[in-house]
Amino acid sequence: MKIEINNQSLNMPAGISILDACKSANINIPTLCYLEDLFPSGSCRMCVVEIAGVKNLVTSCSTQITEGMKISTHSNRVIAARKSILELLLSNHPDDCLYCDKNNACELQNLSAELGVRNRNFSKRLIEKEIDKSSPSLIRDPSKCILCGRCVRVCEERQTVSAISFIKRGSQTKVTTAFDGGLNTSNCINCGQCAMVCPTGAIVEKNNIKDVLAALSDKNKVVVVQHAPAISVTLGELFGFKQGSDVNGQMTAALRKMGFQFVFETSFSADVTIMEEASELVDRIKKGERLPLMTSCSPGWIKFVEHFYPEFLNNLSSCKSPQQMMGALIKNYWAFKKNINPRDIYSVSIMPCTAKKFEAGRAEMVTGGFADIDAVLTTRELAKMINMFNINLSKLKPEDADDPLGEHSSAAKLFGVTGGVAEAALRTAAFLITNDDSKVQEIREYRDLEGIKELTLNIDGITLKTVVVSGLSNARMVLDDIKRGIKQYHFIEVMTCPGGCIAGGGQPFGLDKDRIVARMKALYHIDKNEKIRKSHHNKDVVKLYEEFLMHPLSHKSHELLHTKYKPRTGY
Amino acid sequence: MNNGLPSIDKYLIGSSLEYFNSCLLPGVLNPTSKDIAEKLETLKNDSVDKPYFFIGAGTCGLGAGAIHTEKALLNVLKNHKFDYEIIKVGCIGLCFAEPIMDVFLPGKNRLSFGNVTPDKVEPIVLALLQDDQTILSQALFQYPSLNLKAWQEVPFINDYPFFKKQKRIVLNQCGIINPLSIGQYIAQNGYSALAKTLKEMTPIEVCNIIENSGLKGRGGGGFSTGKKWKFALNTPSDQKYFICNADEGDPGAFMDRAVVEGDPHKLLEGLIIAAYAIQATKAYIYIRAEYPLAIAHLEKAINDLYKWKILGSNIFDSGFDLDIIIKKGAGAFVCGEETALIHSIEGKRGMPRPRPPFPAVSGLHGKPSVINNVETLANISSIILKGSDWFNSMGNNNSKGTKVFALSGKIKNTGLVEVPMGITMREIIFDIGGGPKNNKLFKAVQIGGPSGGCVTDENLNIEIDYDSLKTIGAMMGSGGLVVMDEDNCMVDVAKFFMDFIQRESCGKCIPCREGTKQMQNILEKITRGRISEKGNDALDRFKGILQLEELSNTIKETSLCGLGQSAPNPILSTLKYFRNEYEAHIFDRRCPSGVCIELVNFEILEEKCIGCTLCAKKCPSAAIKGSPKAPHYINNEKCIKCGQCLKVCKFGAIIKN
Amino acid sequence: MSKPNTNTTIASLLLKFPKANRGDLIPILQYVQDSEKFLSKSTMIEIGEFLKLPLSKVYGVATFYNQFKFHPPGKYQIQICRGTACHVEGSSTILAALISDLKINAGETTPDGLFSLEVVACIGACGLAPVMSVNGEFFAKLTTEKIKHIIQNFRDKEASNE
Repeated sequence: MKIEINNQSLNMPAGISILDACKSANINIPTLCYLEDLFPSGSCRMCVVEIAGVKNLVTSCSTQITEGMKISTHSNRVIAARKSILELLLSNHPDDCLYCDKNNACELQNLSAELGVRNRNFSKRLIEKEIDKSSPSLIRDPSKCILCGRCVRVCEERQTVSAISFIKRGSQTKVTTAFDGGLNTSNCINCGQCAMVCPTGAIVEKNNIKDVLAALSDKNKVVVVQHAPAISVTLGELFGFKQGSDVNGQMTAALRKMGFQFVFETSFSADVTIMEEASELVDRIKKGERLPLMTSCSPGWIKFVEHFYPEFLNNLSSCKSPQQMMGALIKNYWAFKKNINPRDIYSVSIMPCTAKKFEAGRAEMVTGGFADIDAVLTTRELAKMINMFNINLSKLKPEDADDPLGEHSSAAKLFGVTGGVAEAALRTAAFLITNDDSKVQEIREYRDLEGIKELTLNIDGITLKTVVVSGLSNARMVLDDIKRGIKQYHFIEVMTCPGGCIAGGGQPFGLDKDRIVARMKALYHIDKNEKIRKSHHNKDVVKLYEEFLMHPLSHKSHELLHTKYKPRTGY
Repeated sequence: MNNGLPSIDKYLIGSSLEYFNSCLLPGVLNPTSKDIAEKLETLKNDSVDKPYFFIGAGTCGLGAGAIHTEKALLNVLKNHKFDYEIIKVGCIGLCFAEPIMDVFLPGKNRLSFGNVTPDKVEPIVLALLQDDQTILSQALFQYPSLNLKAWQEVPFINDYPFFKKQKRIVLNQCGIINPLSIGQYIAQNGYSALAKTLKEMTPIEVCNIIENSGLKGRGGGGFSTGKKWKFALNTPSDQKYFICNADEGDPGAFMDRAVVEGDPHKLLEGLIIAAYAIQATKAYIYIRAEYPLAIAHLEKAINDLYKWKILGSNIFDSGFDLDIIIKKGAGAFVCGEETALIHSIEGKRGMPRPRPPFPAVSGLHGKPSVINNVETLANISSIILKGSDWFNSMGNNNSKGTKVFALSGKIKNTGLVEVPMGITMREIIFDIGGGPKNNKLFKAVQIGGPSGGCVTDENLNIEIDYDSLKTIGAMMGSGGLVVMDEDNCMVDVAKFFMDFIQRESCGKCIPCREGTKQMQNILEKITRGRISEKGNDALDRFKGILQLEELSNTIKETSLCGLGQSAPNPILSTLKYFRNEYEAHIFDRRCPSGVCIELVNFEILEEKCIGCTLCAKKCPSAAIKGSPKAPHYINNEKCIKCGQCLKVCKFGAIIKN
Repeated sequence: MSKPNTNTTIASLLLKFPKANRGDLIPILQYVQDSEKFLSKSTMIEIGEFLKLPLSKVYGVATFYNQFKFHPPGKYQIQICRGTACHVEGSSTILAALISDLKINAGETTPDGLFSLEVVACIGACGLAPVMSVNGEFFAKLTTEKIKHIIQNFRDKEASNE
């Protein structure tokens, strides 16, 4: 239909919102509460526009275009209204920018600049509210909350956890857990999707930079670091690289420049995870028990099962996640080889995930008397550190990771994207079953961003019903179908964050689709060009088993690389 | 009534007749129409065969002590050997005269007495039984009849000043019939509109009649009822809902309460017809929990309807099914807004959502739903029976029919009035309401509650309809009229409404949640005394007034729902007509009406003070100084305005300035 | 002190709602509060489990509405109306008198558990303002004198019951 935006005549498809129409015409309308795939709530009123013939201003997110509609997106009246609304928000917001974790990444800050807010027109009505530091992954500061509701909706609709909701009403409204307790008393799974969508600093990840800096300055500590597969195809975005560039080598160089003495790759232990888990899968299929096998590398997913589906705890793979396996290997294998006392090792991991901070602190994640991992930094925190050290990533010469925990197959890199763990596992499982490496190569059916992907494979007469899930609302659907007996599977991969770790809760802000697709494509590109594409071809992994672990699922493996889970309560 | 039979009889064919048989004449085999007609005639209560006593026992009556009046009546009657009936009825609308007791003796007109406190019961009853005419001077009025004897020198209800200018359609049976008797309702032609609808009309025909009548939403929306129904009727769906909004959140409004307490079937009949008109098979009545008596009467009425098979499946053999469910509000004014109400029924927080989509297209559980106010639905049966021309012959050009108003505040005759649209405000306040009480000066009448504005002396001749009120910055609202006199402070009134809005705002959208808070702050600063002032308050006060208008614009233009959009109205209206009061507060730091306690100065009149020192002793902040036997004085800088001195002075020497 | 009736467990109350879904949340909260006088933490947990609703949602709904209480109320729940007509007729003076007589603020309960004081939205008896209700019994056309008598009557009633 024909509409007019700012005196420009345009043709638009019927039934879309004014906001979408303006977007496709490259007109940017400010929003605060809007989330792309969720029904507009209409609460912030920032996206108001003027329509000829309509008395009040209307919100562009919730109003559909009609034939002949004349829209003004930036008239004086509209700008005055938006400014007024923003000033009202600011009157109830701490003037904390300089000390705030979201300084320079805050949507409220950006809007203030864009709308030219210069005067404090309204009296401050800020009520001091207690900061919630109870969770190992996230910090909540209710006084910075603008009640946009994005976090509540993401937690409820995308993850079906509902750890936080609105309570009370009017000016007393607060976003918090049931009974307003700390996050650690709730069934929050630490996935950080809330922090990803929060426009202000009301929910941010727990900052572990200072702990890492302290360790780096400690002459008595040997500081080692690992980084997750998803990070190398993401980090470049923040340092001027094209979307989808792989900056693995530069990142390694940067880490060394900051003082990390040894740089390893979580992709190595991802290969180890595959060795253990593929063997576990084959074992369970042979015995016909504890099926389906469910992956266990996503700690948000693990906590989700512990809270909501304890009856499936027995189905989870007993494998630790690659992060934790690496941690255990560092302090029990590598330390031994290098003759370093594990007590002196400070083991850091860089993850696209906030739940990994929780995972590192789990009581089960201790081997030989030492915590597998000492500190977890998100991709965002790493970027901050690189800036702090004034390192120009693009100018660095790429370096290699340290042996023997640096070699990896490209199957391991696929861990960063939904479907990747399944693909890697099945490449090795097929070999374990048939002794033939040609049976499974790429599994293209897993390679998109759909939330639920089913695939039945036939490997030498053995039928393998698999499903790949990302986003816990989808996980719930699959589990409920299994409970009702509608579906049966042998193998389920679950990633907490929709799209997988490339869209994890610790990644850079801004989950626009093209960025995620670029990261995904980068991983597939790496896989295509890599010589070693299967975990069981990783020679350092082979050596690890020969020297140390003996064989997958051995006693030693179970001691270091496997774990237990427990049902949890929390509201 | 034609040929002696109530018209519902015309529609009772086949199995419907059986239903009525089993309820009206249990145990009678093969009853004839004549049997039913006779039974219905007795139920009508147009005349009685023994003394009937009616006690106004709506919430107003109960508040005024109707229970004690009833006890006194039982006491008087227990010594007498004749047969009698005591019926508790709802509000006739004469709140100022509660408790009301009617005496209906055989052969004589029904007689109404007001302010019947327990001590007055015996003299009235005995006098009437002994035909002592002197008691008649205490009577309010008598009801007219066809065949009964009139009382001497007692005005008829239609001539009684309070009722003279009223036209009662919605309230015509409130306070007169027994609200718990479905039989009496049917006997008075009740459910014949429903029977006619189900037997003779298609849904679209019903919508057309209502649209042609000109009936507009009485909850305040003022939208054409028939049009709204048509949106829903024309939206195909496997399930539709009709919702009656009986939340009546406006403080100062109690019209709906009276209807539900006093004549619940009138509402229910309208609701069933309305549900049929849009083909809804499930209806909800959302009623506020603060109305327990209304809820009880409604529950009884609905139970009776199921017993008589006027609810459930295949009503009147028409193939139309309907269930009605009562949902109690849980204390949130915002749930009077349609989408918030829907969310509340769905078990969620009562927060509105953007519209479109409108509820008539996608409402409760995503299905087409129509929401109408109690008063709107209470008009339906009359329009069906008497036709749309009859309805739109009342009122004026843009507003048809009648409107029920709740008159309260500083007025002589508080209560419920139903008047034709287009009547002037002056007639309501002075002719019907009797003008301000205690000989005070009229100041303003607030109409439309927290969304409305005030009508002052200069606009009293305004004809009341939906559009005219908007031209003076007010709004019809649900019909609450609160009268204020010279002792009320309009800044305080504005602050009152802003406090109310702040408490009731759902908090979803920024302009309402934060904007009204800022307005509340500004008003608080204006009414705060010097002692409570801190820092920049004085400067902020001046800034504040300038900001009020700007803020009002933002809030009006950008709020998500009607609550926010109309929140600034009381402030804008009082600012327009009482700017002088605002300026006195801001610049002179005083409250002319003596209401804003922090701005009131307490003063000791020298000539009256004998120096007894009692006030100085009582003063909690040692603000009164003076030697014994000499005139004292109050230091206003120390005075905390508690008013203790005024209370204890026996010589009237202390005044509020 | 008004103790919740511990003989009636929430479970037996919930039997009244055999096929309950989310739409029944508010009626259930109302029904349970009518019996238990207030909503405790464990009560809300049970209701959440019964309806298979996340507890943050149950708590979020319950705290939205004025009606729901989370602490035990007094034996006599005094609710004073804050409607427009009542305000115009001086309800704030009545409230001040109650506060001074009972020595508690609105929203609180007396230490002996006898009285709790609440300010509520319009009761709908505006023609007889100012109005208050005590456990559902209405008192109209209030003055500060009348308040004293009404409260004293309840106190005497308690004393004679003991």
